[in-house]
Formats: sequence, C-alpha cells, structure tokens
Amino acid sequence: MSNYHLDHLQHLETEAIHVMREVAGEFERPALLFSGGKDSICLIRLAEKAFRPSELPMPLLNVDTGHHFPELNEFRDARAKELGAKLIVRRVEDAIASGVAVPAPGEISRNRLQIPTLLAAIEEFRFDCCIGGARRDEEKARAKERFFSFRDSFGQWDPKNQRPEIWNLYNARINPGENMRVFPLSNWTEMDVWEYIRREKLEVPTIYFSHRRQCVRRQGQWLPVTTLVPPKPNEEVRELVVRVRTIGDIISTGMVESPADSVDDIIAEIAAARVTERGSRADDKSSEAAMEDRKKAGYF
Amino acid sequence: MPASQHHPVDILRFNTCGSVDDGKSTLIGRLLYDSKSLMEDQIEALERSADITGGGQINLANLTDGLRAEREQGITIDVAYRYFATPRRKFIIADTPGHVQYTRNMVTGASSANLSIVLVDARLGVIEQSRRHSCIASLLRIPHLIVAINKMDLVDWSEARFMEIRDQFEEFLPRLDMKDVQFIPISALNGDNVVEPSKHTPWYAGPTLLGHLESVHIGSDWNLNGFRLPVQWVNRPNNPQDAKLHDFRGFSGQIAGGIVRVGQKVLALPAGITSTVQQIWTYDGPVQEAFCPQSVTLVLAHDIDISRGSMIIGLDQLPGTGTELHAKVCWMHQRPLLRGKKYFLKHTSNTVQAVVSEIEHRINITTLEPEPAPTELGLNDIGEIRLRTAKPLIYDGYAANRLTGSFILVEQGTNATVAAGMLHASREVVKPENADYVI
Repeated sequence: MSNYHLDHLQHLETEAIHVMREVAGEFERPALLFSGGKDSICLIRLAEKAFRPSELPMPLLNVDTGHHFPELNEFRDARAKELGAKLIVRRVEDAIASGVAVPAPGEISRNRLQIPTLLAAIEEFRFDCCIGGARRDEEKARAKERFFSFRDSFGQWDPKNQRPEIWNLYNARINPGENMRVFPLSNWTEMDVWEYIRREKLEVPTIYFSHRRQCVRRQGQWLPVTTLVPPKPNEEVRELVVRVRTIGDIISTGMVESPADSVDDIIAEIAAARVTERGSRADDKSSEAAMEDRKKAGYF
Repeated sequence: MPASQHHPVDILRFNTCGSVDDGKSTLIGRLLYDSKSLMEDQIEALERSADITGGGQINLANLTDGLRAEREQGITIDVAYRYFATPRRKFIIADTPGHVQYTRNMVTGASSANLSIVLVDARLGVIEQSRRHSCIASLLRIPHLIVAINKMDLVDWSEARFMEIRDQFEEFLPRLDMKDVQFIPISALNGDNVVEPSKHTPWYAGPTLLGHLESVHIGSDWNLNGFRLPVQWVNRPNNPQDAKLHDFRGFSGQIAGGIVRVGQKVLALPAGITSTVQQIWTYDGPVQEAFCPQSVTLVLAHDIDISRGSMIIGLDQLPGTGTELHAKVCWMHQRPLLRGKKYFLKHTSNTVQAVVSEIEHRINITTLEPEPAPTELGLNDIGEIRLRTAKPLIYDGYAANRLTGSFILVEQGTNATVAAGMLHASREVVKPENADYVI
C-alpha cells in the first residue's frame, strides 16, 4: 500500500472538514448545534480541525428541552468555555411561557416542542445555516437526506424535492428567510463516531459509561427514575448497572445494562450489539414514519 | 479479530441500479442481512410491517425504502444511503432508483462511487435500463462495474442463460470504456452468491458479490498527479493570544489533486503569482507533505491576493483555463436547459455566472451515440454543450480529474440545482512564465 493512503476515519474526517469550510465560505450567519452528545462532540473537533488557528467562525446553539440529563448540560457548558466559543441556549420552557411553543393537552414529551423553539432561535439570530450532527445510519428517513438540506421559510424539509448532490459540489444558495441544515457526519456510523472519539481522545459525558442508577421498566425499556419519571405505584424500582447509548430526553432515553466503562469497552459492545442505537429511544418507535414526520415539520 | 480492534482499512463507495423490479433494494437488504449488519429492532420493524401489509412475508426492500410514499407506491424515489463494514472495508451504498424519471438521482448517487452494480433480471436479459445505467456509469467514469445477474433461481440456475446475458452485455461493452467489469450470477432473494457461495452454481468459479466488493483494488482511484488546492476559506486569526499568529494567513481547502510539499513552488490563480509553500498547517501539527483528498491549510512565503474560489496549483501538469467551456451535462430539472440562459456555475469552491452559448447534441443514453442538435435539453437528458463564463475558470478535463473537472449549474432565482457537468480538457493551458512576477 502506498504512503498516500487514508483509512476510513481519515476519509470521513476530510469529507466533514470540507463540508464545514463550505459552510464558513458560503453563509453569513451560520451556527453549530452542540448538545454535548457524542455526535456533536465529534462535530466540535472537526470544527477545530477546519478552522484553527482561527476562532470558530460560528456560535454554538443548543435547544434545552428542560428534560436534559444534568450531566449533559454540565459537559456542554464546560466544553464551550474550554473552546472559547459563544454558546447560545434557548429553552423550551421559555418558548412555552412566551407562547411560541404550545403543548397539546397531556403532552409531556418535549420532542415536538423543540421544533418551534429551534425555529424561533433561528429567526432571533437570523441564522442562515445550522450545522448538525445527524447521521444517515441513524434512521430510514435520515438515510435520504443530503449533506446540505434545504429548508423553506417555514423550516420545512421536502423529501421529494431535494436538491441533487453531485460529487462534492454543494449548492448553498438560499433566498432571504430560507435556511440550510448541514450534516457533516452524514456518512458516519455509530461505530465511526466511537472510533473517532478513541482516536482523537475526546472526552464524553460520564453517562455514556457504566454507572449505577435506579430504573423502572416501561415499554420494554429501562427508564431512569427522576422527578420527571417517578415510579408508578405498581412499578418495581431496580438499581442497575447501566449506561446510555444515545442521549435523548431523560424521560424517553432507555438505559442499557452494561459494564462498559471505557471507550474501548463501548466499541467492543457496539461491535457485538444486536439492536440499533435508536432502538433505545421511545420517540422513534411510535410509528414507522415517526422521524419523517418530525423532519418535515422542521426537526433535525 | 477481537471486536475492539475492528478497523476497516478503507472505504468503498458503490451504487446499485436497476429497473423497478430488478431487486436492488432486496439485494442491499440481503447484503446487510447476511453480513450481520442488520439489527434486531430493524428486523422487528420489518416483521411488524410484514404482518400488516405483506401477508407475513418479510420484505427486505422495506429496509431502504424509507419514505412513506415509497412504501405506498412500492418504488424507490430518492437516493438512500446505507452503511456496513466488514473487517476489511467500510462500505457506503447509494441505492439509486431505476425508474426512468429519476435518472438524475442515479447520477447523484453514482457521482462519487468507486464502483457501480448493475442488476439484470435473468429472465429479461439486457434491457434498455441496463444499458442506460451502464452508460451513465461510464460517463461518470466510475472505475469498476459489477453486472449482477439476478433471479437466477427463476431460470433454473442455467449456465447457458448466464453466458447468453454476459455475451449480450459484452457486445456493447467496447463503447463504454470500462476497464474492470465482473459478472456474477445471484439470487438476491435467497442470498445465493451474495455473501455465501451458492451450491446451485457449481459452474461459476468467481467471487461472491461481497467477496468482490471486499477485494477490488481502489487504491489508485484518487488523483495524485498535478497539485490542486481550491481555496475554500482564508484562515486569519483575529487578535490571537499567541504572538506568533499575529501575521498568520493560511489558505484552507481540500486537496483536489496531487501532492504538496513544504518548500515547493506553487502558482496562485487567478492572481497569477508564484510563491513557495512555507508551511502546511494542520490541527495535529505541521506536516512536510500532504496529498489528495486531505484537508489542509497552506501558508505561503508571499502575501498574495488569494480568496475563496482561488486555486493554488503546482507548476507541473498545469490545468486549463478559459471562459469558453465545452462539457457534457446531465439535466436534472423539469424546466429545460435553454440556449442563451444564464446560470450560476459552481466549480470547486468557485461560483461564476455562465451562459449557455450552444447545445451541440443530445447523447442517446442507451447507445452513447450523438443525436442531432436539439433546441433544449430536458429532465434526464445528457448532452454536449458550450458555455461562456463571466470569469476564466481554472480546470482540468473530467477524464483527468473528477474534482477539478466537474461543475453544477444552479438556476438563478429558484436556486435549484439543474445540471451536473463534466468538462472536456481545455485547449488553453495556464502559462506560468507569463504570470511569474514575484512581488
């Protein structure tokens, strides 16, 4: 093999850096969505690789559902500070209070309510592009999405009318009020993300690693017991050795029983896994088209 | 190999194409299923939909047909990307529709592929669709082709039928300029010769489909001749803490061809000024050399006017330049291409205005023969056109470099991507001697 060879992670890395720099070159007011989850942690490292020694040419944006794991928010704030980056947080609570987001009667999940909160933040700061950490291997509707995903002035995705993406030439042109969502990790898998975390020695929130936690069994999943998810009278609370595989809201993220307490262990666990990452998220299970419907409405 | 050392050595991108019922999606489902890349919840979801709509029969096509309209109509309406890895390689699959009106999606899915799989129904043999897809693969210069002759179970695993189809295909191969073509008899539905060798084809000595995907040599698919760096972004720190960075001015981009070394003479275009590479900056520290397709930041010895859209090139193997372009285009929009209409042309990191000066001919996509000059090119047409740009482009022929020889056209106003273009090499070449006035 010649010396001029890139392995699969180096290929994915240079592709993602190219995408990030296209954003910086083509948009006036981009933002990078940073939750503190493993995918956006990789995004941040890629942004450093794309733009250092300069400052990141975009602020970080996070929509806080109010149902986040506290460990995640702590990590998010600490990492943003370490980067010297501007972090903008917009809260679903505030969007509900101001009437921007209106919960349906009995709606506990904040999943749908993230959408108006995000769209309001885009309008407030006049962002013309948001970089997100979504991957095509996560879900069937995402498998059809472009790197540069055009949103109309209502923030909507039209899957049947996407711009063709040819070679590495991304059409970034939009009219005022329209918006682009850009996904540099489109071609990454869950395994690639963890292998990149290992190669780059990236820190991740502690909830990805094995710890003891009180859980209740609901709809085939172990949910963490919190003030938001109190045990029902007939439910047995079990203290288990668990970790999270994917982080959604604390009320819908299934904990996985696992002794994995290092990145190596996690990689070994994924290699042997028999369910997908999103198999542990109740929000995607509701119907086969659940993600497609949310994306059309403006979700990531 | 222990799971924790799971390390694919490279990436192979391939696309599958075929007609509506050739079984593309079934084949991908089969590759994922048999290579154990499918997870229990995905199989569960398949079973759920099988109980509702499929009379209990699992439909592997449901794995890739992700959008609601596709499941309703039973067709694939867009490019779906799938991923799997074996210990030898990571694979990126673009599942592209064979439906006639979606040829543009096939061009999209195939543009970055190393390899294309054309599916042929063993009962029907080589039909117009198979020819069309092979021609598109050839036009896009995909280096490797697999002709998977599917549904062999329905022709009683007949070697004679396999040979007959291979002969049909080979008859028109010389027109395609394809160097590497592999024929494989399969049954995607039953899995024969997909991952495991089939016991029904003792007469076939070649590799299985996955075996071939794992071993086909793709090391030379990137262009390492003639250094090209399209500048995406000028890297200038504002008020850096580190005093050494006060005068830092780097040019960031992804190398689109060749190799660059510290100390090498380079030419910055369109400024037309030569300089020397002082530093190759990366986040992981400076490096002595870098190559296509790495992303780097170059620091040059002189302060030259370079911005997004400029190109930094090596002094050997000079690219072409000019405002008169000659290209093949695949038209991707309902509104036809018209002579005299202005478009935005995006080439590497550079966007210029372009006007269509001539439509020379349409290419018959099942024979690759030119057809007499049409007045317009419609959706899914491929043709030869001439364009005039507002500023000179620095470019290579697509045959020499896929990255610096390709462009897209964007409609003004709607911003729709309306065409994919492949440039013919320019007759006029960049002249470094005229440009060599070092400041």
